[in-house]
Amino acid sequence: MRLDLLAALNAERAARRAAVVVTELATGAQRLATAATLASDPLGPEIAAALAARRSGKAGEGSVFLAVDVPPPRMLVIGAVHISQALAPMARLAGFDLTILDPRTAFATPERFPEVPVIAEWPEEALPAYGLDPFTALVALTHDPKIDEPAIAAALRAECFYVGALGSRRTHAKRVERLAAAGLSQQAISRIHAPIGMDLGASSPAEIAVAVLAEVIRALRTGTAATAGAAA
Amino acid sequence: MDVTDSDVLAAAERWRREGRGVAIATVLETWGSAPRPVGSRLVIDADGNFLGSVSGGCVEGAVVSEAAEVIAAGAPRTLEFGVADETAWKVGLSCGGKIAVYVEPVD
Repeated sequence: MRLDLLAALNAERAARRAAVVVTELATGAQRLATAATLASDPLGPEIAAALAARRSGKAGEGSVFLAVDVPPPRMLVIGAVHISQALAPMARLAGFDLTILDPRTAFATPERFPEVPVIAEWPEEALPAYGLDPFTALVALTHDPKIDEPAIAAALRAECFYVGALGSRRTHAKRVERLAAAGLSQQAISRIHAPIGMDLGASSPAEIAVAVLAEVIRALRTGTAATAGAAA
Repeated sequence: MDVTDSDVLAAAERWRREGRGVAIATVLETWGSAPRPVGSRLVIDADGNFLGSVSGGCVEGAVVSEAAEVIAAGAPRTLEFGVADETAWKVGLSCGGKIAVYVEPVD
């Protein structure tokens, strides 16, 4: 691979844009395909199909290899709490682009979350700039309806592939009433994973973080994100 | 800390800019049970340092030694590993799968 092509690919990745390295296997000749070049590429339709499926593989009757690079899934964690401190490094290792949001400035500090972007603002202020989308997981962990619920409502409206909220069944029942009163449909509300996390019998904050991450990965690989990726 | 494919490619660029000989190995095809999906990458430098994975550890050793030759020769090559290959047990794709790996220099 030419260094300039590698640098261009890394620039696309850094900007969270999809790109495909097209390699002619017989000669080793390569080009970088992006949304901007698809229309003029002789393999445009095949590249577009590979991008839509988010899947690398051979094309051009086996003469060409398409290496698909799509942006990593994001995870927005509401609450700079103890569980989040365990979840942040685990989720990053699993390939998620993770951000912590908590308006409580005593919690949302860089010291508690080294190497993780921390936004010390209310969800209503920060979410428009963050841009929730179907390739984002929303994990609400504050227990505080004033903080969690605006983010949960926004995530359901943005069709985030995963929306989970910490809290007992009783807490969640009250949350459901408030979200319904705020105008969300029962179908949307039913997408909330609550109590949060795969049932592992998790007890400590780190164990709960494993349970949450497992549930998010299951949603990513088998749920709406997989479907949205295939249909996009 | 992270070992996602984007970090692997970032490392490839950084290493090359530092003047090291660098090769990128990419899984082209898999048959049967293969531990890493098509498109997975491994980046190798001329000293045998590597980052990423093409097989979850099964054939990395063989790919790394081939990569040294690819860096020296300056031309890509395709490697195949699998149960049909007599070296399979030696390099250890013991899951019974088969993979093809494209190894190319960064130039």
